[in-house]
Amino acid sequence: MNYLIGAFKPACNISITFADGKNRKQVILKLMWLCLRTSIFACCMKSVKVLILICNVHSADGDECVAICVYTKVPLKKENGQTIMVPLFQSQENISGKISIEPVLGKKVEHNGVKIELLGQIEMYFDRGNFYDFTSLVRELDVPGEIYERKTYPFEFSTVEMPYETYNGVNVRLRYVLKVTVSRGYGGSVVEYQDFVVRNYTPPPSINNSIKMEVGIEDCLHIEFEYNKSKYHLKDVIIGKIYFLLVRIKIKNMDLEIRRRESTGSGANTHVETETLAKFELMDGAPVRGESIPIRLFLSPYELTPTHRNINNKFSVKYYLNLVLVDEEDRRYFKQQEITIYRLQENS
Amino acid sequence: MMLSGDEDEEKWLAEGIAGVQHNAFYMHRALDSNNLREALKYSAQMLSELRTSKLSPHKYYELYMRAFDELRKLEMFFKDESRHGVSIIDLYELVQHAGNILPRLYLLCTVGSVYIKSKEAPAKEVLKDLVEMCRGVQHPIRGLFLRSYLAQVSRDKLPDIGSEYERDAETVMDAVEFVLQNFTEMNKLWVRMQHQGPGRVREKREKERNELRDLVGKNLHVLSQIEGVDLEMYKENVLPRVLEQVVNCKDELAQYYLMDCIIQVFPDEYHLQTLETLLGACPQLQPTVDIKTVLSRLMDRLSNYAVSSADVLPEFLQVEAFAKLSNAIGKVIDAQVDMPIVGAISLYVSLLTFTLRVHPDRLDYVDQVLGACVKKLSSAPKLEDSRATKQVVALLSAPLDKYNDILTALTLSNYPRVMDHLDDGTNKVMAMVIIQSIMKNSTCISTAEKVEVLFELIKGLIKDLDGAAQDELDEEDFKEEQNSVARLIHMLYNDDSEEMLKIICTVRKHIMTGGPKRLLFTVPPLVFSALRLVRQLQNQDGDVAGEEEPATPKKIFQLLNQTIETLLYVPSPEMALRLYLQCAEAANDCDLEPVAYEFFTQAFMLYEEEIADSKAQVTAIHLIIGTLQRISVFGIENRDTLTHKATGYSARLLKKPDQCRAVYACSHLFWVDDQDGIKDGERVLLCLKRALRIANAAQQMANVARGSSGPVVLFVEILNKYLYFFEKGNTQITASAIQSLIELITSEMQSESTTLDPADNAFFASTKRYIEFQKKKGGAMGEKYDPINV
Repeated sequence: MNYLIGAFKPACNISITFADGKNRKQVILKLMWLCLRTSIFACCMKSVKVLILICNVHSADGDECVAICVYTKVPLKKENGQTIMVPLFQSQENISGKISIEPVLGKKVEHNGVKIELLGQIEMYFDRGNFYDFTSLVRELDVPGEIYERKTYPFEFSTVEMPYETYNGVNVRLRYVLKVTVSRGYGGSVVEYQDFVVRNYTPPPSINNSIKMEVGIEDCLHIEFEYNKSKYHLKDVIIGKIYFLLVRIKIKNMDLEIRRRESTGSGANTHVETETLAKFELMDGAPVRGESIPIRLFLSPYELTPTHRNINNKFSVKYYLNLVLVDEEDRRYFKQQEITIYRLQENS
Repeated sequence: MMLSGDEDEEKWLAEGIAGVQHNAFYMHRALDSNNLREALKYSAQMLSELRTSKLSPHKYYELYMRAFDELRKLEMFFKDESRHGVSIIDLYELVQHAGNILPRLYLLCTVGSVYIKSKEAPAKEVLKDLVEMCRGVQHPIRGLFLRSYLAQVSRDKLPDIGSEYERDAETVMDAVEFVLQNFTEMNKLWVRMQHQGPGRVREKREKERNELRDLVGKNLHVLSQIEGVDLEMYKENVLPRVLEQVVNCKDELAQYYLMDCIIQVFPDEYHLQTLETLLGACPQLQPTVDIKTVLSRLMDRLSNYAVSSADVLPEFLQVEAFAKLSNAIGKVIDAQVDMPIVGAISLYVSLLTFTLRVHPDRLDYVDQVLGACVKKLSSAPKLEDSRATKQVVALLSAPLDKYNDILTALTLSNYPRVMDHLDDGTNKVMAMVIIQSIMKNSTCISTAEKVEVLFELIKGLIKDLDGAAQDELDEEDFKEEQNSVARLIHMLYNDDSEEMLKIICTVRKHIMTGGPKRLLFTVPPLVFSALRLVRQLQNQDGDVAGEEEPATPKKIFQLLNQTIETLLYVPSPEMALRLYLQCAEAANDCDLEPVAYEFFTQAFMLYEEEIADSKAQVTAIHLIIGTLQRISVFGIENRDTLTHKATGYSARLLKKPDQCRAVYACSHLFWVDDQDGIKDGERVLLCLKRALRIANAAQQMANVARGSSGPVVLFVEILNKYLYFFEKGNTQITASAIQSLIELITSEMQSESTTLDPADNAFFASTKRYIEFQKKKGGAMGEKYDPINV
């Protein structure tokens, strides 16, 4: 039986840790102190479950550095539906740490080399198992040889270019992963993956016009609506109003929907998937001419991502505000407007 | 179907309540464990029950109240930050995450009220945000209740003067602005209800709206409670804004209710000072609005205010309240062309009442009101509407009641002109009211001019009005009316004879137009009124005699003669005869023999020509005899002529007993028991003897006709006459004659054929007893009676 178990079990255990564990305590203390002076802490506390704050530190001193290097562990949904907490990075960060390989039950492990890869992959669900790597960095950790006992390899990828954010959509997924491979001839290679999340922050756009539009059905319904911006960050609030110029239908209610349109593939193979992420009732009952209805929609409760445009020619994720008027016969009249969503540096 | 509809509604309400209770239970649990997230979740679910469209306002209110009570508990929880650990600012954002608008806004208002209380933000800002966000609910019933909730929770948190929420930067204006805005929006929703919803019957919708009106009106109440709303602000801001909304909503129900509401909730002095603005809105209201009730309530309030204290009266004068009201009413009537006449009249009634209460001294105002009313009435055909006429009667009665004096009314030039517009029946009613007022207050009308006006007023009673169909009048009513007129005539009096004559002439002029039926009632009082004047003149005789005196008895008698003559055409000869005799007697007192003679002549002519009925003849002849007997002015010749005539007529009466009685009555004509009265004993005896003969003849006739002799009572009566003259010293009447008469009677009575009447017996017996008594008395009279044996 042992044999059998041994046959299916990998020959060694690989663990990947990011290079910050020893600094953790110190960093957290510093961070706490820092946060007292800024609003970061509050923001973090509010938005997501912050479990661990870890820093990737080059020089251990200086508030600035600490602040920049803070990363969070964020939830990431796995393929099997489980949610795990994974570290968070952004582009241009150093990703370093160590790998430790421990042979099982004290057996020696023969290998043809140990390497670590940092992969950025796009995976189409309709094309399962076929990953497209848009980023692939490799570090050789060891030359072929044998490992007898637990062995640790430090690794580092410096200022890694990670232009795209991690994304988990309906038909597509973009993920970053560290892949450690212990290459072996006959017994098969031992591979270990460690996911991490990348989020990239955008400064506030310099031009951010409001969306203003007059729409209608002739002699039936004329409205004018206005959203205060065309670009919103994830914790933003949409302010606006709808002005009724002409109402000849019996309106029952009016909703504002946030819709995400994910398109994958290209050309004839384009798949479009639209989800309604928010349905927010703006008005109850039938207005008359001249009535103006306020809009105030907080985005924070909804699980949004930034807008992604043509990511590596593979997919796009766009957001729309859909204004829907429903009449008493449940007919829907709507007008969709694209908005751009971006991730704002939270302490900026 | 209706029933099942109600049942359904009951069911839906029960479901709604169950839903509220269910979620409230979980909300309580969350509150107990200080779980904010759960509390928000369940409270939003609870409030979702209020999203129903199935309930009528009444039932919806029930549901709303349940939720309202629960929200109080939630508010307590929100207030205590230590329980949920979220700052009020964050809480204010958090509740806005709710997807459904109605629960979201209820929660927002609830948090908002806590927010204001915390003073972390200026009350003004929060209130402004709340009232603005509430626009999202456009459904009338849900919107009204939501805003009513907002009004309720913010009521004690307005940045009013002296309130803890007042800050330097915040003026009362913010509070006012908030309430006004909420009011405006609520009113819009309320009005919209009329035009929305399923095609239910209009009445039902109106009923439902009526149930909701206090929600809207409450805002005005709140406004009136704001300390900082002083007259200045009310005048410049509050009232114009409210009125603008009222006028623009163009809804009958709302306009009526809100106008009334304004009038009721704000203080009197505000109304007085803003009268122009307030009234200016009235003509702009919808034509169907019951504006008269609104205005009359306003005038009621103002007049109560005026009466409450003398100090405020100058204010009324200063703002020219009357002129403004009058003006406004005119405009309203002009603007609302479809207003029924009754509406216009009742407006005038209210205005008149106001005037009478506030400016009792200003008769010109009263007249002005009546004048305006005339103008309105003359634009329409004669009044048919009974309610309208009722109002006119009220209009006309008001000054009478107020002044208790018809004289005042008589000075109002428009008074009769208003009456002209009444139909005949009402005109009479009004005339009766006037007369009753005169009677009640014993008002004496003392100039011909006023009499003229008065008769113009009551002409409905005096004559048949033109074109009036001779409806079958109720005889009794007619009599009562005419009796009233008769009574009225006696109230027209002046001590000055000249004026009095004028009055009489005026009255005469009017009553002459009254037609035969009325003359019967109206001529006698006129005659007596004239005779009173005659007597009065006679009393003051001497000092005025000889001068160029317009009012002489002679003249009056001429007038009377003509007047009485008219009764012949009625025809009512009996009445005329009586009046002639009365006049004759009066002429006698004035020593005017020819006049008296003339009247007698008239009387006799009437007797001869007009009085044919034998019974009437008997009465007439007795009247003539009685009057003639009293008249002393005649010379022998005239007197002889008249007495001759009288006795002649007496003897020619139809029935023997009547003849007999008339003839013995004539005996008095020859024996006037005065110092220098005529005492012709012989002719007295002749009369009595003639009477006896007739009595005898009557007896015999009875014997022949019926086989029994007639009653002896005639003899007894004649015996009494004998005794009278005997005692008076008529020497022609002797004791023996009396003796024989007694014997005759006695034997007649004993005769078998006589039917005995106990009354006759008793009469005779007491006559005899009288004789006995006189005998026993002794003295001169006793001696005189001595020879008579009974």
